[in-house]
Amino acid sequence: MITASSSSPTAVWHQAGEAVTLEISGDWRCDGPAVKIEGTSPEHFSAHYQLDNLATYDSTLPAFLLAHFRTVKATDQEKPERPPLDGLPDNLRGLLELALAVPEESSAKPTNDSSSLLGRLGSRTLAVWGSIQALLDFTGQTVLSLIRLCTGRARFRASDFWMTLQQCGVEALPIVALISFLIGLILAFVGNVQLTNFGANLFVADLVGIAMVREMGVVMTAIIMSGRTGAAFAAHIGSMKANEEIDALRTFGFNPFDFLVLPRMLALVLMMPLLTVYANIIGIFGGMVVGSLVGITPELYWNETLKAVDMTNASLGVIKSVFFGVAIAASGCMMGMAAGNSSAAVGAATTRAVVAAITAVVVIDSAFAAIFTVLKI
Amino acid sequence: MAAKITIRELTMAYGDLVVMHDLNFEIQEQDIFVIMGGSGCGKSTLLRHLIGLQEPAKGSILYGDEDFTATDPDERGAFMKRFGVMYQSGALWSSLTLGENISMPLEEAGKISAATVRDLVAYKLSLVGLSGYEDYYPSQISGGMKKRAGIARALALDPDILFLDEPGAGLDPLSSRRLDDLILGLRDSQGSTVVIVTHELASIFGIASTALFLDTATKTQGAIGNPNELRDHSDNPAVRLFLNRGDTPAPLQ
Repeated sequence: MITASSSSPTAVWHQAGEAVTLEISGDWRCDGPAVKIEGTSPEHFSAHYQLDNLATYDSTLPAFLLAHFRTVKATDQEKPERPPLDGLPDNLRGLLELALAVPEESSAKPTNDSSSLLGRLGSRTLAVWGSIQALLDFTGQTVLSLIRLCTGRARFRASDFWMTLQQCGVEALPIVALISFLIGLILAFVGNVQLTNFGANLFVADLVGIAMVREMGVVMTAIIMSGRTGAAFAAHIGSMKANEEIDALRTFGFNPFDFLVLPRMLALVLMMPLLTVYANIIGIFGGMVVGSLVGITPELYWNETLKAVDMTNASLGVIKSVFFGVAIAASGCMMGMAAGNSSAAVGAATTRAVVAAITAVVVIDSAFAAIFTVLKI
Repeated sequence: MAAKITIRELTMAYGDLVVMHDLNFEIQEQDIFVIMGGSGCGKSTLLRHLIGLQEPAKGSILYGDEDFTATDPDERGAFMKRFGVMYQSGALWSSLTLGENISMPLEEAGKISAATVRDLVAYKLSLVGLSGYEDYYPSQISGGMKKRAGIARALALDPDILFLDEPGAGLDPLSSRRLDDLILGLRDSQGSTVVIVTHELASIFGIASTALFLDTATKTQGAIGNPNELRDHSDNPAVRLFLNRGDTPAPLQ
């Protein structure tokens, strides 16, 4: 509320020969009107203050004066040590003395090398090289860990493994079922509309069956697991890192890689094929529901599916699921292990893990599509 | 006889950024050795070097006569089992109970019967005044209790050398004092060597037998000696300022 007595804050520089007087008046409050500045700011520290008309002030006034001192100091050729504070009220002078007690540290501001286009390009390129190195390092560590597992020297808690198995297996069943059922349903609806034009709507069963077992079942499962389990791995390992828990493992002689990455990777690689088979069956069931709505009896639908989906087709998705499992677990664990030491870094690591996992899934799937085309399967 | 730990020409750096250079000091058997200095001067970094979590840019760290910096990963693992480390935040494994936090290293160490492990866990927890807390998770206990539980876990394998990173930070004066008494008691009864990173003056004067001051301005060690003597007679004004909380240090005689 602006009362009758409150006036807008004003700073006026009066130039009288060499001497400069700074006149400050009005109410200096951060919720008040904007500061009016008149006259030109001097290049040297002004030695005189006129504060008779100053009503009230909060931190805006010392902040204004400090900013003024900083600009003067930056432009003044003589580089004076400290501005004159005589003539200011005691409490204002005290605050400014406190603020000026430690000189501004120019090296404390983070340096920004990437202002130029070439600079940015260079640092991006170096960052790409760094992440390639990190990926190679992670791959190497995983192989070493697997060798230790095979020779019986890898050590991790069995309960950790069973817990992860449950989290990325049984606990994922409901969401995988829901998504697969709906995907089967959608495929059948779309297929039915087109195939009815040719009077061949029985082939909806072929379409749903082959699409589910070759692509949709495994890809949808992989994407669900990227968001669900990949993110969980990254967040768990990342927060352990932020909390120095991984350092604590190392000082007790546990290899954090064997201890954290190995059980997660094993669990996901074991569960992905099973989840994929489950997703395929549910998806085909979804198609069957649509089929019975458009006049294909479940028995007919089932027989048509069995004709279309042979062992080769059914195994392709399952084979891919193993690779997807490795990619998702690796993304999650790698981003978690590379996380910084703060809670914000854990969030960033989780995001990176999900993005990396989904990208890897799609890239691997494309590679398989190319290979299967060449092999004509 | 060689000192328990000898640091020679140690330079610590993150990439090109040198944190501290040319550190030279010895830690004697049964010392309570305090590493002190202002915030961000590299105290914790030095501790991480001593326990092998970070590689020195230059120089070496010797335990007895053995060069720790030159060990290969397998030897280093064996070496590290002689250390007990309490981290700044406690760093208890959050998915395990306090009891499991202590029993996991024990079970790893060798074939110890379940009953013995249970007794050992109860004993270590009672040493730090936490008997009966076996089944609590780290998130269920207070900050001071976490620190004490962290010490209990550090003691799990009866270490030769105990490293403590800011044990008193964030604790009320009484808890901090109890922690100091605990550290003294452990040194006296178990004969361990204790290395503490701290900037709590009360603890430094209370328990340290030797103190090393890391000077931010010169980026190397400022002084080493008994803290009570350093406070009044160090020839480094930064050390006297630090130990006198910035009050005008007594003039040198």
